[in-house]
Amino acid sequence: MTDMVRIGSGAGFAGDRVEAAVPVVAELARHEGPRFLIFETLAERTLAACQLARRNDPSCGYSPALERFVAPILASCLSSGIRIIGNFGAANPRAAAARIAALAKAAGFSPCIAVVDGASLDGRLSVAELAAREVGGTLLQGRQAIVSADAYIGATAIMEGLDLGADIVVTGRIADPALALGPLRHVFRWNEDEWDLLAAGTLAGHLLECGAQVSGGYFADPGVKDVPDLSHVGFPIAEIARDGTLTLTKPPGTGGRIDRFTVIEQMLYEIHDPAAYLTPDVVLDLTAARVEEIGPDRVRVSGARGHARPETLKTTVCFEAGHLAEAEISYAGPNAAARAQLAAQIIRTRMAEQAPHLLVRVDAIGLASLFNDTAGTVLAEQVLQARAQDVRLRFAAQSTDLQALNLLLDEVEALYCVGPAGGGGVRRHLTARLSSASCLVERSFTHPCATLLEEAA
Amino acid sequence: MTMHRPTAPILLHRLAFARAGDKGNRLNIAMVCRVPEAYPALAEQVTADAVAAHFAPRRPTRVVRYDLPNLGAFNFVLDDVLEGGVNASLGLDGHGKALSFRLLELELAPTQKVQEALRVLPAAHAINI
Repeated sequence: MTDMVRIGSGAGFAGDRVEAAVPVVAELARHEGPRFLIFETLAERTLAACQLARRNDPSCGYSPALERFVAPILASCLSSGIRIIGNFGAANPRAAAARIAALAKAAGFSPCIAVVDGASLDGRLSVAELAAREVGGTLLQGRQAIVSADAYIGATAIMEGLDLGADIVVTGRIADPALALGPLRHVFRWNEDEWDLLAAGTLAGHLLECGAQVSGGYFADPGVKDVPDLSHVGFPIAEIARDGTLTLTKPPGTGGRIDRFTVIEQMLYEIHDPAAYLTPDVVLDLTAARVEEIGPDRVRVSGARGHARPETLKTTVCFEAGHLAEAEISYAGPNAAARAQLAAQIIRTRMAEQAPHLLVRVDAIGLASLFNDTAGTVLAEQVLQARAQDVRLRFAAQSTDLQALNLLLDEVEALYCVGPAGGGGVRRHLTARLSSASCLVERSFTHPCATLLEEAA
Repeated sequence: MTMHRPTAPILLHRLAFARAGDKGNRLNIAMVCRVPEAYPALAEQVTADAVAAHFAPRRPTRVVRYDLPNLGAFNFVLDDVLEGGVNASLGLDGHGKALSFRLLELELAPTQKVQEALRVLPAAHAINI
């Protein structure tokens, strides 16, 4: 009987460091027993962007990061018996699986690959039906078309894929912690109503799903919270026991740090009510969680409690929302803040005259940008007191009216010759924008299932 | 050595760590005490109302604080402060990732409880800001 499962993280988001999984795999390979490597690469918008790619080319639509992440570790995982689970299937898990099969074949392997489908609600619910299920807003009301609607499904389909003997499980949208809970249910045969155990596995997944955010990433504050060798931060590995107790660690020789502070920060990351973190598998309650340092870069986490899973599934609906226009210009040296302020005033005046319907945001990078607000309250206060010597102005607007957006970009560029003295470094960008809304959808509209790649072919 | 006039406010950054996370237009900020002794001081002063006032320019519609004494931490949930969130905000930081440091700019009154917590900060971390 297996008493310990090891799960390593290979990526916490689509833009993550691609070679981070290499030391994780090397460490997992030194151990016996069930070992898994998980990749989380799907942000809210990623899936919509992939859906658009699939519309243009039916063989596309999986995460563009797939190959970069998988290629460096595929052969070593397959030869060491480390099974891979990733949501890089995005809008087309089957095509992703075929791509991995081709990569494996080129390396001399023929792995068993499972595909998890069934998260998409496209065609199962109309836009109006989705709009009626929207939570926290009315973005979908009256909308004609959407790009994607995908439910966050649970761990069962991943477990089923592993039960079929898959070396690799490729999913699309799935609850992030399910990437870890799926293999734990596969090995330990936890039932879908053993709430405390499901909570423990969900907590393991939650701590792993953002990669280095639990091992020293998104943490360092020099002189206050220092992280050794952050340039080579090690990604986390969880050792999970049958009773749900878990120990977090990282590969030897890597940078980073795992202690109660890194773990507690990540435990509460993107959590709202800590007594009720809703996932498709279980409602996780962290209020009795315990975090103990048991060795260097070794932290034990226990005490997760679970309550019956919610009846509905969170669903992200993405839709096209026009374009985002951004233009920047800089002022430096004596009286820079006053010249920047004059430039901002000129743009506001010109835009009010020519495109009064367009909401234009102004930031002064170096004075007020990250803590600024679109209404400009913070900026107004900051500029009045500013003695800044190097200010970069940023103008931004979003609309489906491309003409108005281009006008804004042109007006900012024109500041070179018609604006205050010494304005330099104009950059302008126009980016297509996908927006998203959240819905709660009955489980009966989804049909999560796992199939092996060759069966489907 | 740190030196403070008894009346000078203390930056929250000295007593707590923070991490921001987002879901849609909702921001959460986990605030973790650097030393257990900071917990009562922060519980008293870093209230939901104080945080709502501190974030006023972002017009929060609701701020809730969840207390986690077993972790020496608090979780703040601020509704509607992300100006539409990462997929809709006109700002540079639609995720609100930098806003943990906005929280840490909060100034604490130098009460007895705050002074007690400052006294036990680890020496290497007792930076003077």
